Amino acid sequence: MNAPVTIETTLKDWETDQEVRWCPGCGDYAILKAVQRTLPQLGADPANTVFVSGIGCSSRFPYYIESYGFHTIHGRAPAFATGAKLANPELDIWLVTGDGDGLSIGGNHLMHVLRRNVNMQIMLFNNEIYGLTKGQASPTSREGTKSPSTPIGSYDHPARPAAFALGSGARFIGRGFDVSKHLPDVLKAAHAHKGAAFIEIFQNCIVYNKDVFDDFAAPKGAEDRQLWLENGKPMLFAKDTKGLALNRETLGLEVVDVTDGDWESAGVIVHDVTNRSVAHMLIEMPFGPFPMALGVLYDDPRPTFEDAVTEERERASAGKEANLTKLLGTGQTWTVSGTAQDPV
Amino acid sequence: MATAATTPQDAASSIPDAIVVRFAGDSGDGMQLTGGQFTLSTALAGNDLATFPDFPAEIRAPQGTLFGVSAFQINFGSRQINTAGDAPDVLVAMNPAALKVNLAALKPGGLIIADTGAFTKRNLDKAHYEANPLEDDSLAKYDVLAFDISEKTIEAVKPFGLGNKDALRSKNMWTLGLALWMFGRSRQPIHDWLKAKFKSKPDIADANIAALDAGHAFGETAELSGPMRQMEMPPVESEPGLYRTITGAEAVSLGLVAGAQLAELPMFFGGYPITPASAILHHLARLKEYGVTTFQAEDEIAAICAAIGASYAGQLGVTSSSGPGIALKTEAIGLGIMIELPLVIVNSQRGGPSTGLPTKTEQSDLYQAVYGRNGDAPMPVIAARSPSDAFEVAIEACRIATEYMTPVMLLTDGYIANAAEPWKVPNPADFEPFPAQFLTEPRGEQLLPYKRNEKGARPWIKPGTPGMMHRIGGIEKHEETGNIDYSPDNHQRMTDLRKAKIENITVPDQEVALGEANGTLAVVGWGSTYGPIHQAVRRSIAKGCSVSHIHVRHIWPLPKNLGELLKRFDHVLVPEMNTGQFKTVLRDQFLVDAQPLTKTSGQPFQIAELEAEIAKYFDGIEGNEGGEVAVNDQQLPNLEAGHDDGSYPAAPYHGDNATPSGKGTDSEAVNQ
Repeated sequence: MNAPVTIETTLKDWETDQEVRWCPGCGDYAILKAVQRTLPQLGADPANTVFVSGIGCSSRFPYYIESYGFHTIHGRAPAFATGAKLANPELDIWLVTGDGDGLSIGGNHLMHVLRRNVNMQIMLFNNEIYGLTKGQASPTSREGTKSPSTPIGSYDHPARPAAFALGSGARFIGRGFDVSKHLPDVLKAAHAHKGAAFIEIFQNCIVYNKDVFDDFAAPKGAEDRQLWLENGKPMLFAKDTKGLALNRETLGLEVVDVTDGDWESAGVIVHDVTNRSVAHMLIEMPFGPFPMALGVLYDDPRPTFEDAVTEERERASAGKEANLTKLLGTGQTWTVSGTAQDPV
Repeated sequence: MATAATTPQDAASSIPDAIVVRFAGDSGDGMQLTGGQFTLSTALAGNDLATFPDFPAEIRAPQGTLFGVSAFQINFGSRQINTAGDAPDVLVAMNPAALKVNLAALKPGGLIIADTGAFTKRNLDKAHYEANPLEDDSLAKYDVLAFDISEKTIEAVKPFGLGNKDALRSKNMWTLGLALWMFGRSRQPIHDWLKAKFKSKPDIADANIAALDAGHAFGETAELSGPMRQMEMPPVESEPGLYRTITGAEAVSLGLVAGAQLAELPMFFGGYPITPASAILHHLARLKEYGVTTFQAEDEIAAICAAIGASYAGQLGVTSSSGPGIALKTEAIGLGIMIELPLVIVNSQRGGPSTGLPTKTEQSDLYQAVYGRNGDAPMPVIAARSPSDAFEVAIEACRIATEYMTPVMLLTDGYIANAAEPWKVPNPADFEPFPAQFLTEPRGEQLLPYKRNEKGARPWIKPGTPGMMHRIGGIEKHEETGNIDYSPDNHQRMTDLRKAKIENITVPDQEVALGEANGTLAVVGWGSTYGPIHQAVRRSIAKGCSVSHIHVRHIWPLPKNLGELLKRFDHVLVPEMNTGQFKTVLRDQFLVDAQPLTKTSGQPFQIAELEAEIAKYFDGIEGNEGGEVAVNDQQLPNLEAGHDDGSYPAAPYHGDNATPSGKGTDSEAVNQ
């Protein structure tokens, strides 16, 4: 929704001449390719596209995209992006952050950019570890994670990015993982959403937190534990043999078996992306007993911050003359002429 | 600006050329409004003036308590006024607490006007008075004029059918009426103001006007006996032109608006509430038609980061705070220096460290401004010396930021932010525009976002410009392409280039504010010490001392001629409201033997204490025997600055919840 003009580009047009410096095999490569593949499909204009990032492995992203790029400071990318968007609402802004950058040092800014609803796509690469600083436990690390800073296992409870985003007032929540072929679809939906669109992307840190998402993201055999949500479609997974239904007694979700494709009689619910309560349940359901909810979990736009700011400025300026001479001389003034002095 | 004393006069019979009045009362008594309106009438009468609003840190302090006292001091005269005055000549005390808190500052022989109606047992207890000071002889060394203002106010507004509580809210207007009479001021502007303020409540307007008129009439009647007399204060000789009163916060705001216009840029202001800086955010939030976007961020860090983001996108980014907030912004300032984008950072300094003295003034953030960042991170720093000076300084900050593609720090302080003074309204056309340039196509075959111009500034390229895509960030970058480059030689070059860019900023040569360009002693100041230093040096020159006042606006880089200028003096004295920070910079930069005179009490310098320090350099000069300095007009009648003596108001000011001109209050009656 951001770019007013669509232009034709190819994946190649979005590649920079900079050497990519992630570890070989890092999930970031796959995400980079997914983004570079998606941008031409959006008709995005490199001259109007800005990638803003904080600090961390993920935040090196802007250097590898042939658009405008701003690698800022740790955790603060949402604030820079907000200023840039207010200064020029026409810019199509992508924010790149990680679990440490976005939820630890930058949790405050992430919360506020979401609640203000500044129109941009926010990609949080969640690898549940601090990679660039060599493997310390992060705010999304699971309890018991052994790391240089938690040698006998971490004991703090992990933050859940999508729950944080929903709680902060996000109006779009998407989920995907690095090597998923569906990731571009989630990115496209996020881009189509006018407002702050939050996308949690599970990303494999092959050096410090290898394969922690394999239970649902392994290249083979994990598909059955993925629930790809589509608006208006029943919540089916495991090759349509299972689905999610509403348990009216617990007022929670439950997994039900679906026989012969008859999901309706099994009570499987149909995904409505504007249903905030269901989005909350999809985010909160524990993985293991439940599948991992992926795709577009929630999408219910409301007016954006930059539109409100622009409208207010226009309203406040309407009919007013921006005359600096007059402004300087406002308030209680008097004139001195020669020796006689007259109030005015 | 005179530099010599007038002939000796008989102080007892002369009309003073300046008077200091302090209005003091309970927070609920409307003293800021009274002071603000008295300031207006004084300005309209053509006097020069300076004010010192002083109200409690508590938003609604309990009634009648010592810490709930609110005061407004004004120094006005028929000559140039540089400070809000040392000791008041007149103290208006609306209750016992106000008397107790402010009495120590009053000049011996000064006039106390007190409302006996408020000197009740209960209020006396709250002020910890064992006996009523109006009834014993504890005030013997002052002239006391005590009468029941409360009762007289109730009487005056009786026809309007207000209850006692509402009627008493007009007490401040009664007092203002008396003050207007004392100094021969016209009531008409206040009548007009009241009518406009209570347009929809004509009864309230009429009641307040009645109270004002009653106070005025009382003066006429009471003149017949006692110390009450009318004092004429002839207008000061001023340059012809349009004048207004202005606070430092207003001046900074207007200067930023003007600076952005001169740069032909929209302005983006990112702020976060903090005393005493918030007033700038408040002023700018009302100036949207001037292309100003204000953004109240989630914290200080976000405020500056959003401002940098806006600069990145092609606007003039501005942020503002006070010491603790500036500390939070520091990492982002470093990024601004690294990515070389324009940014103006206003620091309204307050007492520190940490939360320190939020409502008191200090100049202790100079090291923070000049040196306080990780890495070699040079940044221009300029300082305003007074409320009106802040306008030009803000424009200068915008100029440097945009011409040199750099963050600039503008230093003011709590005193400048809140104090008001008359200001000759400038003509914007008198300022040279400095339109910002954006690069829209590569200068050569290749796009080089870090290739510098003759000033050392890199080009400003807005996202959205076709064919100019590039990446910037806080990682060290190649000196021309801006791509990541950690190589040893490149970092050495980039460090040198960033340093050279700031060092080579054109700043005007340093001038001498008062006195000769050489001599025995140079008193070097910066920021809000301008007023007291100026008066102290003026008085010392009048005594025959070879002393000059040098006041530095450009703290970093310093004026190129400053070192040479200082070396033309035998001694260099640097008074500062910190432990000697600028002194250290001067020593470091010029190897001069700059001596500190420091003060960190949260209060501005007294003229007298500066004068005493200057006197130490001039043993044997007549009137200066043994380094003793006469601080009383009776003893030292031949000084032009006759009334700027005694102690400086020992009072806190408060940042945000009222303004000195009284515009920040809007309750029904004409008080807070």
